[in-house]
Amino acid sequence: MALKRKNVNYISGKESRNISKRNREITRRLEKERNNSKKDSSLYMTKMHDENNVVEMDNVCTYFFTDIGVVRAVDGVSFNIPKCSTVGVVGESGCGKSVTSLSLMQLVQRPTGQVVGGEIRLNNDDGTAYNIVNTPTSIMQEIRGNKVSMIFQEPMTSLNPVFKIGAQINEVLELHNKEMTKEEIRERTLEMLKMVGIANAEGVYNMYPHELSGGMRQRVMIAIALACSPKLIIADEPTTALDVTIQAQILDLLRNLKDKINSSIMLITHDLGVIAEMADYVVVMYAGRVVEKGTAQDIFHNPCHPYTIGLMNSKPVVGKQVEELYNIPGNVPNPINMPNYCYFKDRCEFCDKEKCSGRYPPEIKISDTHIVSCYRFMDQGEVMGYPKIINTEEL
Amino acid sequence: MGKFIVKRLLLCVVIFFFAMFLIYTLIYNLPSSYVETTARELAAATSKMGGKNYQEWLAQLNEQYGMNKGVVAGYFTWLGNALKGDFGTSWKWNMACTAKFAGCIWNSFTLGLVAFVFEILIAIPLGVVAAKKQYSITDYTVTCVSLIGISLPTFFVATVLKLIFAINLGWLDIGGMHSKFFIAANATQWENILDLGKHFILPAMTLIFVSIGGLMRYTRTNMLEVLNADYIRTARAKGLSEGKVIGYHAFRNTLIPVVTLLGGTLPGLFSGALITETLFSIEGIGYVSYNSMISGDIPFTMFYLALMSVLTLLGNLISDILYAVVDPRVRVN
Repeated sequence: MALKRKNVNYISGKESRNISKRNREITRRLEKERNNSKKDSSLYMTKMHDENNVVEMDNVCTYFFTDIGVVRAVDGVSFNIPKCSTVGVVGESGCGKSVTSLSLMQLVQRPTGQVVGGEIRLNNDDGTAYNIVNTPTSIMQEIRGNKVSMIFQEPMTSLNPVFKIGAQINEVLELHNKEMTKEEIRERTLEMLKMVGIANAEGVYNMYPHELSGGMRQRVMIAIALACSPKLIIADEPTTALDVTIQAQILDLLRNLKDKINSSIMLITHDLGVIAEMADYVVVMYAGRVVEKGTAQDIFHNPCHPYTIGLMNSKPVVGKQVEELYNIPGNVPNPINMPNYCYFKDRCEFCDKEKCSGRYPPEIKISDTHIVSCYRFMDQGEVMGYPKIINTEEL
Repeated sequence: MGKFIVKRLLLCVVIFFFAMFLIYTLIYNLPSSYVETTARELAAATSKMGGKNYQEWLAQLNEQYGMNKGVVAGYFTWLGNALKGDFGTSWKWNMACTAKFAGCIWNSFTLGLVAFVFEILIAIPLGVVAAKKQYSITDYTVTCVSLIGISLPTFFVATVLKLIFAINLGWLDIGGMHSKFFIAANATQWENILDLGKHFILPAMTLIFVSIGGLMRYTRTNMLEVLNADYIRTARAKGLSEGKVIGYHAFRNTLIPVVTLLGGTLPGLFSGALITETLFSIEGIGYVSYNSMISGDIPFTMFYLALMSVLTLLGNLISDILYAVVDPRVRVN
């Protein structure tokens, strides 16, 4: 074990060069394939498995080809986002929540980061669907900001400091609504600013981002995201950088606007309180994989995966006196050298030596809506299948 | 903003006063000045005939040139005259400093302007491309060439260019302002300009090659920083094309430091390129002031250094003002 650990954290220059060389070969080929898909729409057009979903993630694998090895940031993630609902994605820092959402927008830092496998189906509402994984950039640019839009966690730095607020909202409208005149766009922008609760819309229209507070800037970001009435809003920790009172306001705003324009929200957060408040469905992620998913009821009242149980135990409860807050023992496995057994095994308090000895556990359906990846439930539900790993040697 | 500029201008006046005093003191105390050399020559020429000796000549010349007043009084006399626009008569060129300046500045300015324009046109796009394709072959090539440009001294680059274009290929002249058999009186104005332009090619190339590296690296670094910013991700998430993201959102932010830097060097167009002009015998302000300096011509040297001080102060002021113009966050209300 000691030797193994040494190998992971220290690599010689020669090894590093070999890795970089291989990485360049792989990423170059993947880029080429994606560029080639431009010519043939059958390569990226597909069909939804269920027309009631906006997005279906199917075994999505997003890997980062770094100089010290391949990081499997997202490794076989599957979940659906139904229409007009809020799906909360929870997990600790670095578990792949943000990378999942960036994969959905094709915004993963390329060429280092690549979606190497799986399907992300985006509903086109006419019986067809885009497979985001293979969609060429030119089509992605029509989807981004128009059908799927994103709100980032850092409102302080997410707006371009040298352009006025009005211009930044106008831009996204102009881009996706070619038929609108300048006057109409201005009207729509002012309307959006009022809709997100900015009282002095005319004034803010001509302001620069640095003249606004964090909460105001996040409202502007929401206005940009909602300007084209997207079908899916990805909110990547939208309230993390804001204080608690503003947090509540922003969440209320998001929920109301979502209903107004009939879109879905994919809410990424590590705040279980926010999830409980907002989400209809919850996806719990750990070390790049979904460990448990179900309705908010399932997850909060009947958490099954040991990691989810640990998460629930480690949040402070109002009115309950404890000496010390519970924490899950141990650390997340090294992302470059993932074990070939259950990722949570080394930290698990329920671990059964015999049951848990095999490969990574499959997804087990323990009720109609509730799916968990844990060997403890092997006999209690229908086995759905193992997450498919992409072998980087074969790429 | 107006208040800010006035404050800065007043500060500039104070800095100018002390800077020039320092320079005057240094030049005043410089050994083997023009006066001493002339006194020695005159003494040698006339002593055989029973004329004045060196000491007597020195005293006479010092009085004649106003060098006998001491540093402080001398400085104030110079300053008083300079403020009136009278920089005295150049000892070396035997004409008013300002007249000599007017005669040579346009050569320097043209050379500087050509180099400046090409520097911007080459360095900024290359810097942007290098940042866009970080760690690619293009990036490594650009970084490597800019490193060479920064490291090689002007005289080396000039010599290599002369070797290639003047000696081996024989396309251009090795130095000077006009061709060997060129007679200005016989040529039309157009031919005159063409011949002059031909002699500006090598010095301009030298200047461009030497200055390009710094700006390229500066652009690349700033562009890289901007490309990793959150608002670039926002721009992509809006669905903007990559060209628009880089050419508009990122470039506009990269411009902030670059414009500030370039604005600061703008007055430098009038200060000439001392080394390059001397190497190629271009009669610009750099070449003239170099010759004045080595012959101890105090009035012209003082004039040139005063000009340099003003230009430097002006450069800093322009930088500050431009910074406020391009970056809305630092606009002073």
